[in-house]
Amino acid sequence: MIKIEHLTKYYGNNPAVNDISFSVGEGEVVGFLGPNGAGKSTTMNMLTGYLSSTSGKCLINGIDILENPSEAKRLIGFLPEQPPLYYDMTTREYLDFIFDLKRCTLNKREHIDEIIGIMGLGEMEKRLIGQLSKGFKQRVGIAGAIVSNPKILIFDEPTIGLDPRQIIEIRELIRTLSKDHTIILSTHILPEVQAVCDRIIIIDRGKLIADEKTDNINSLADENRRFTVQILAPKGEALTFLRKTEGAAKVDYLSSAKDGSSLFMIQCKKGYDLRRTLFYALAEKRWPILEMSTVGASLEDIFIALTK
Amino acid sequence: MLAIYKREMRAYFTTFIGYVFIATFLLVSSIIFVLTTLSQGEAADVTSYYTLVMFAFAILIPLLTMKLFADEKRLRTEILLLTSPVTLLGIITAKFLAALTVFASTFALSCVNLIPLYMYGSQNTAVIIGNVISVLLVGCAFIAVGVFMSCLTENQLVAAVTTIAAIALFLVIGMYSSGIGFAPLRVVLDFLSVFNRFTYFTYGVIDWSALIYYASISFVFLFLTVRVYERRRWA
Repeated sequence: MIKIEHLTKYYGNNPAVNDISFSVGEGEVVGFLGPNGAGKSTTMNMLTGYLSSTSGKCLINGIDILENPSEAKRLIGFLPEQPPLYYDMTTREYLDFIFDLKRCTLNKREHIDEIIGIMGLGEMEKRLIGQLSKGFKQRVGIAGAIVSNPKILIFDEPTIGLDPRQIIEIRELIRTLSKDHTIILSTHILPEVQAVCDRIIIIDRGKLIADEKTDNINSLADENRRFTVQILAPKGEALTFLRKTEGAAKVDYLSSAKDGSSLFMIQCKKGYDLRRTLFYALAEKRWPILEMSTVGASLEDIFIALTK
Repeated sequence: MLAIYKREMRAYFTTFIGYVFIATFLLVSSIIFVLTTLSQGEAADVTSYYTLVMFAFAILIPLLTMKLFADEKRLRTEILLLTSPVTLLGIITAKFLAALTVFASTFALSCVNLIPLYMYGSQNTAVIIGNVISVLLVGCAFIAVGVFMSCLTENQLVAAVTTIAAIALFLVIGMYSSGIGFAPLRVVLDFLSVFNRFTYFTYGVIDWSALIYYASISFVFLFLTVRVYERRRWA
């Protein structure tokens, strides 16, 4: 569906995107992950034909975006980092405009009604976009991207700046859309991709550093298990005790609570799982465990592991 | 392309810019008409009227063109247009034509000013037609200049001021050229002058070379706009 070959973009002498190649099959949902300034937006802008590449190719369904832009662009729905909204239009006027702009051949009234329904914009259709809340503006942006039913959807940081409830709503929407669209979405939040994507592509400083199924992503990070434990015990003694425990690679004191308990982060050596050991050992010392939880790999961990 | 044209037309009249333009144009043109033509009585001639109207364009035309691209850039909406299945030339032409439509209709409307001439005097219709066609084309060229200035900035005010300056330059450039001793420079300035080419029309003669000249200013500036966008894309 999408094929990127040796894509490179230089801004002056700085490579923003440096020789990236990957392909995305039909119906796949791919998360495009990287820290700010990694080249995510630049890649997406090239993929949608907004920017040209210095070298390399973007093929959309076999069509080169630079050679036959009109055909290729017709297949793509794009939500840029900042949704391109005309504040002086109402939601429906805006969607009608995009419908005409994309020269869509469907029945206009029905199609726009359907999109307004999917996006839950019914009450907002006659309101000026400038007056909508940020969450609704984002939804109008996504609605605009799905007008004319393009097969490919490209979302650049679709949940940035939204509150937690809106983030969940937008994720739900993306999950719904993923049933019959190929989706690429960029983000720098790991749980977000884990929540919606089948596959994760990680780029850093313009280079592709990982391309993995979401299920395997944790294995990219240090394999060593980490967890936090909150113990009701004197802080200093507990720390010394934990550090002496066999299999503990690193123990950090994190914080203390009013009830006299302390929170520690424990990293196990390879092959060790200290959770059971600690349970019995601390019980013996009569130091109750108030809470224990494993810490999944964070994006930072994966980065550190990958760029080591 | 039609979608963009329609959106621009709508935008002129949902924001008040369209109304402001029409009202100001009609007001200014009728004031000029009263002061120049009507006050001449029997021997009324429209040439000085149209000459001054052309000067008024320096202020009026930026009203129509300043937001065309500057605002798209400020609101980050140009990315929508540029990632849609529309060509760059299509986008620019659509916006140009929208501005031209509002301008030309207002200009046509302002021709009611001429009614008293036909009611109370004898008029040389050829002179009037010549003037109308050439002023229309000059306006067209100035709109293209405004479109170009608007694509260079995301600030409407900057777009407006640079357009005023550019139009003013086009208008006055020929006036002072006769005083310049250096012949090649004088020839160049005379060539660029919108004004020197206007002379024939005032005799009621249609000067084709002038018409082509005015039309080519439009093409050049629209082409430059396309180039600016292409360059930005490849930068």
